[in-house]
This record gives sequence, C-alpha cells and structure tokens, in this order.
Amino acid sequence: MSPALHPLPRLLHPAAWWLWGVGLAVAASRTLNPFLLLLIVAVATWVVLERRELGSSNALVAFLVIGLVAIGLRIVMVTLLGGGVTGRVVLVRLPEVPLPDWTSGVRIGGPVTLEGTLFAVYQGLQLATILACLGAVNALASPRRLLRYVPATLYEIGTAVVVALTFAPQLVEDAQRVRTARRLRGHSSRSLAELGRIAVPVLVGALERSLDLAASMESRGYGRAVRRTARSTRLAGVLTLVGVGGVVVGLYGLLDGTSPLLLGMPTLALGVACAAAALLVGARRDPRTHYRRDPWGLSEWLVAAAGVVPAVVMIVAGTRHWDGIVPQQVPVELPAVPLVLVAAILVGATAAWTAPVPPLLARSRVARTTSAQRELVAS
Amino acid sequence: MIVFDDVSIAYDEQPVLTGADVVLEEGELTLVVGPTGSGKSTLLRAINGLVPHFSGGTLHGKVTVDGRDTRTHRPRDLADVVGFVLQDPVASFVTDTVEEELAYGMEALGVDATAMRRRVEETLDLLGLADVRSRPLRSLSGGQQQRVAIGAVLASGPRILVLDEPTSALDPVAAEDVLASLHRLVHDLGLTVVVAEHRLERVIHHADRVLLIQDGRVSALLDPAEAMVASTIYPPVIGLGRHLGWSPLPLSVRDARRRAGDLRASLEGVATAVAPTLAAAPVATAAGLVVRRGGEPVLRGIDLAVRPGEVVAVMGRNGAGKSTLLGSLVGQHAPVAGSVRIGHADHEIDPARARPAEIVRRAGMVPQDPISILYTDSVDEECRAADRDFRLPAGTTRAVLDRIAPGLDDDQHPRELSEGQRLSLALSLILASEPEVVLLDEPTRGLDYQAKRRLVGLLRDLAGRGHAILLATHDVELAAEVATRVMVLAEGEVVADGPAADVLAGSPAYAPQVAKILHPLRLLTVDEVVAAEGAAS
Repeated sequence: MSPALHPLPRLLHPAAWWLWGVGLAVAASRTLNPFLLLLIVAVATWVVLERRELGSSNALVAFLVIGLVAIGLRIVMVTLLGGGVTGRVVLVRLPEVPLPDWTSGVRIGGPVTLEGTLFAVYQGLQLATILACLGAVNALASPRRLLRYVPATLYEIGTAVVVALTFAPQLVEDAQRVRTARRLRGHSSRSLAELGRIAVPVLVGALERSLDLAASMESRGYGRAVRRTARSTRLAGVLTLVGVGGVVVGLYGLLDGTSPLLLGMPTLALGVACAAAALLVGARRDPRTHYRRDPWGLSEWLVAAAGVVPAVVMIVAGTRHWDGIVPQQVPVELPAVPLVLVAAILVGATAAWTAPVPPLLARSRVARTTSAQRELVAS
Repeated sequence: MIVFDDVSIAYDEQPVLTGADVVLEEGELTLVVGPTGSGKSTLLRAINGLVPHFSGGTLHGKVTVDGRDTRTHRPRDLADVVGFVLQDPVASFVTDTVEEELAYGMEALGVDATAMRRRVEETLDLLGLADVRSRPLRSLSGGQQQRVAIGAVLASGPRILVLDEPTSALDPVAAEDVLASLHRLVHDLGLTVVVAEHRLERVIHHADRVLLIQDGRVSALLDPAEAMVASTIYPPVIGLGRHLGWSPLPLSVRDARRRAGDLRASLEGVATAVAPTLAAAPVATAAGLVVRRGGEPVLRGIDLAVRPGEVVAVMGRNGAGKSTLLGSLVGQHAPVAGSVRIGHADHEIDPARARPAEIVRRAGMVPQDPISILYTDSVDEECRAADRDFRLPAGTTRAVLDRIAPGLDDDQHPRELSEGQRLSLALSLILASEPEVVLLDEPTRGLDYQAKRRLVGLLRDLAGRGHAILLATHDVELAAEVATRVMVLAEGEVVADGPAADVLAGSPAYAPQVAKILHPLRLLTVDEVVAAEGAAS
C-alpha cells in the first residue's frame, strides 16, 4: 500500500474540507431529484462518521434538524399560500380567504394538490441537503481552523469572528446559569418580563468577560507587531473587501441554481483573484508568524477533487437538461435515477478514504483493535 | 527587575493605592497579601501597564519594568517581558485548543516558526500538558486550564510572571500542582514571579518576599516570617505559631511540625469533644441518586441524609460532582434513578417535580457566583425584591442582611460590593425565607480570612438555630472550622462520609494545616488546640 493512500493520522487542511463540502452543496443546489439529494446527505453523513475528530462538536446533527424544520416550513407555506405548481390531484380543499384582485397570484387557503406538495418537499429537501453539507464541513473542520487562513490583512476581522464564535455559546451558557439562579429565588415564569430581567445580568456578565479577554489579548501583545504603512494597509483593505465580496456573490451564483451560470463562475474567479492579490500585498508586510500551518498534500487534492467532481458533473447535467435532474412535476411520476449522476455523487464519498484519519480518532481506534485482539487471545 | 518609584494610583480622584516604593529583584517569588478590595489587583496590573493604559485611572510616580517605563510602554509593548495571568483563566483564552493557545502570544510577537514550534513543545513539558495538547480548552479541568493560562504567557519567554489569585478556583491537589510549577519556574529558570493570593496556607512557604497591602498602603518588601508577625491576614500555621509564641515563625507544615513535638506530647490523650449525635429526622435526603449531565453520569448512586443542626462539607476534586449534588437538591437536575426529598417529613417534596416557589421555602442555595442571583441596581431594591419574591413582610430581608453584614449602604450597586459583601447579600436573600436546608456552593472563593471568619460565625449560628447546612468547598480550612460532617466525592461516588475530625485528620489531601502539624492527634483548628490545652492543664 502506498503511503499516499494511507497517510499518517493528522488533521486535513480545513480548506480542503470546505472545498469538498461546498462542492457537494453546489451539486445539491442543481437538482431537485429526491433520490440524488438523499444520496448526497448519505455521502456527507458517512464521511462525517468516518473522519470526524473525537471531541469536536458534531454540527451535522443540528444542521440536519434545521433541515427537517426547513422541509416542514416549506410544506406548510405551500399548503397555506399555494406554490407555483398547479396540480390536478387535489388532496384537501382548505377554506380560501377571499383577497382583492390586485394580489393576483397570491392566495390563502384553497386546494392543496399532490403535485404542489411533492414539489414543496423536493425544494425543502434541497435546502436541507445544502444545510447538511455545510453541517458536515462544520463537523469535519471547525470554521475557526479555516479562519486561521484568512489573509493577514483581514487579521482583525478574523480575530473578531473568533471572539464572536466564543461569545455566542458562552452567552447561551450564561443565560442558562442566570435562569437557574432565578429559580433559586422562586421564579419560574417564562414571560417576556422575565426574559428582560435575565437579559441585563447576562449582558453585563458577557461585557465583563469581554473586557477580561481584551485585557488578556492586550497583555499578550495583540496588534503590536503590525507596522505597515498607511498606504499599503488601505490598498490591502480595499482589495480584500472586494475579494470577499466577490467570493460571496460568486458562491451565491453557484448555489442558486436559477441564476445564470455566467454570473456564478466569473464572479467567483474574479473574487478569488482579488482575495489572492490582497493576501499577497498584506502578507508581505505582516511580521506576525504562524504556528504549525497545515500542509497541503495529496490527500488535500484528493478530498478537494471529491467535492469538485460531483459539483461539475451536476452543473453540466443541469445546463444540458439531462433526465432526472429536475423530476417531472405534472403528472407526478417516480423520478429517474441516472447512473452517471449517482456515480458522480459517490465520488464525494471517497473522501472517507482519501482523507487521513484524525489523530485522536486514530488513537482510539488502535486502542479498540488491540483490546479486541487481546480478548481474542484470552479466549 | 520591577521598580515602583513612589507610585500612587487613583480612579476618579479616589486613591486606590498609595506610597508604593519598592524594588522587586530578579529571580524572587513575591507574594502580595491584603484583604479583598485593598488594591492587590491594581498593584499587579500596574506592573504590565494595564493600569493605567487599559483600565484608566491616574498613576503618579513611575513604574519601571526591565528598564522600560510603563508610562510610555503599553501592555502590548511589554508582552515580551511581563506575562500576566488573569484571575479567571477561561475568560483569558483567545483560541480553542491547548497548542494554539500556547502559540498565540508568540504569533503576535512574531517569533519565527521553528523557534515557536520548539518553545510550544518545551512549555507543554514544563507544565505537564503534553497529554492534553490537542484537547479543546473548555474540556480541561480547572487545574489544567490554569496551567494552560500560565503556559500561554510563559511560552513567549517573559522574565516576569504576574499572577492574580491563580488557585482560587482549584481543589487542594490541583492548586499544589500549579504552585509546584511556579516554584520550579522560579528555582530552575530564575523567573521573577509576583503572586496575589488569598489562601496563604497554600502559598506562603513558596514566597521569598511579601508585600502587605492594607487600605491601599503598600508596605516595604518584607521577609515572609517577619511579615506574618504583624499581618492581619495569616494562615492557620502562623496562627498556631503566634499562639505558642514561636519565633521565628515557621511558615510551612514541615517546620511547624519539627517545633511541635512538645505540644503533641502534652496534648496526647486529651479527649476531644465528640460531636453530639443528632436524633432529629433528616430534612434533606437522597437515596441511590444517579444524575447524568450531557450523557455522562456525574453522580453514581449517592446516599445522603442531612439533619437539622448539621453542617456537612462536600469535598472532592474539580468535577467530582459536588455542584451537581447541590443542584439536585434544589431541583436543577432531574435524577435518572434514585430519589431526592427535601423538607420535614410532614411536608417533604421531590425538588425535581416541585415549583421553584415551593422549593425555596425548604431549601435555599447560594450559587458559586453569588452575583448571578442579584439583578437589581441597588442593595435596597434587591432586599425589597426578595421580600416580594418570597411574599414576606416588608423589611424582613433587610433585617437579615443587617444581622449578617451590618452597615451595607442602601444605594450601592451589588456589583460594586466586595466579594464578601456580595456573598452576604446573596446569603441574606436566600435566608430571608428561612429555608430548612441552606446550600452553599464554594462560598469562600475570593474571601479573605476576616470575611471567612464572619461566614464561619454565621454558619455556626444558623446551625445552632436548627438549619441544616450543606456546603460544597475546596477550602479545607473552612471545612475544618465549621463542618460537623465531611463527605468526600470522587467520580460521582461517596468515598468517605463521617465526622469532620475522622475524615479530615487522616487525609493527606484534605487535612487542614493544624491536623498535619499535630498528626496523629485529631485536632483540626487553632481554636481546638487552645481548648485542648485548657483541658490538659
């Protein structure tokens, strides 16, 4: 076995995981076929089960729950307000609220059709799948690890985001603590006034902690080594803002299947180019150093490819209107499952083998195997 | 190394610190001793310039650190000379894993990648953190977190380390761990260390020099034994030495034990007072209590019965389940198995199913951080809110407060109170409704000896009036002073439960200083020694 296929246990570069996850999400954004979407969710879940580091937060579960809520909401909306699809098979006829003529197209109540409901389920499922992909990446590589790679010029923003990421869960913890403390004084109501009373101590506590954190960062030398000229700072700042804006618009274009492909790809490319330029301009002047950057090796290429392949195949299939990409709505029929697309999505699952095993997980697996072997010997 | 040149510090014209005129030499561990609110933190923060650059205020005089004037150097400019460890390690963490936290300061200072890698490894070894290097910071125990906080500033290679109450949240063993690391840094690496600490019994024997602060006045640099002769704040070992007129005063248990041979001989065979066995029916019971938190069993089958007039100290290392046990008694955690009952037999309830208003009449708890049960913006308003909460006649809570801590200003904001005053206020809110069981979680965190003495008197008084008291604490001296019974938890199980003298005197980790000095006699406090001497003569 070659060492490249069985790399030493280590954490994969977070950027590779994010490429993989965004690739799967793009693939999901191009199809409404429920079988393909479920397959993508299965692939993402499988990779998370295989390669999630022990002790890291499992965001996938939370995102799956949000996804289910999204499907439910979508169905309720379509049932109440009617979707764009006018079907023939009426399931229920809700009482319709008469609306004036100028609200044409909008209705409240009225017939609920099988076609409309199914279409709502498909759309909800698509959103849920995209969320599942993002949840999977979050579980595989925390956004904080990715943030370590923000361009040096964006360092301040990166730190602010890191602090915010710590702040939010602590706020929840604080709120729980204060709520339990309220119970100690005999309060049990869940009223709005009660919420107001909790808010003040929670915010004051959070503020005090932020001051502590700021004091800690200040006394550890935060911001001291940055001595750039005003001009290069301004230039790099502008470039980075343009770059980040470009990446965001580009991603939106890629993920939103209805926008023209022409908008997505070029904007994304332009955005990435701007970000890269900003990074170069800023990094040259930044004297801060970095601890243990993750290497980018064969595994990273393979994992990134495992995400890019399904995305590209699905985009091509979408523009060429292959069968099974968008299931027929009227009349309802079982969507076809083209083997090419299934194969493309399964490429995404190869990340479960090509990515190195994370260190703690590897250790626990070794411990489990040796203890199993020992039992075998003992028996 | 650190020079205070006639320094005085004031916030809004209010002087906090005056007449600091000392020179701290390189390679010495200086201990800053003073009551709460005396200006210890302000003095420490002046060393790396957080005062006045960060927190404001006016600084007269001059502080020079390694030749750099703090008036012209901000804390970040001193980061390579002074490492500052804040009181609460969790609040000071910027990243989320151990290794990244250790590297953070060096990244900011621009240490090159290979040197950084080496120093992180060295720091991991120096503080014994290699096993947890890739763990998330929040999953560590209190002692490990404190050591990471120390390592995080140490890795940048400062020559001076400043620590504000590094062991206040730690159990005795973890505290000893942290202090041993400090001792090693001073003796092996010649670092200059400045520590403020309330629990002198843990740290006085490590100190080379002592600074006393009283009402903002800073003493000259003193020899520890000399300082302890006059200090208003002193640990039990000093109390014993002073009582017996030893000179020079022994600072460590070892020294005191060598001197105490005669005392031990003279007290041999003196019967110690046996705590009366209480026949009353228990007012708080737990049977086979199992509680899970986040899937993990935290309590594994606890049996407990607390009777009126008893003071039970629940001890054990950080994370042993002490707080969870207390929380279960006021219905904060529903048991997975077993049962909990509070209140007298004729009106006992299951706290997990009862309404908070029913619980507070039977069991009142002061949480670890008393500020979390204070909401309003003045002492007076807080007392009146408590009267309304518990439907008591107006003025009841204020009357309780006046008994516990007389003279608290009505208009003061609870956050402006000292730790001791805050605790007193929280305690009087809880006591106002006269609960049969009073629960205190870690009540002496941040309290100086005087405040602690008042708390001890108060708890004894409460027990005398028929309240049952259960306190979770790391403070062995508090347990020795006040507990009639001690219960030690480990991994969610009861490993010891019995009269305080039996459990504490024999334990290497939980024995109070007097018991260690007089082993095998079963005397726990200086007062008990005085009483035993009276009985012997």
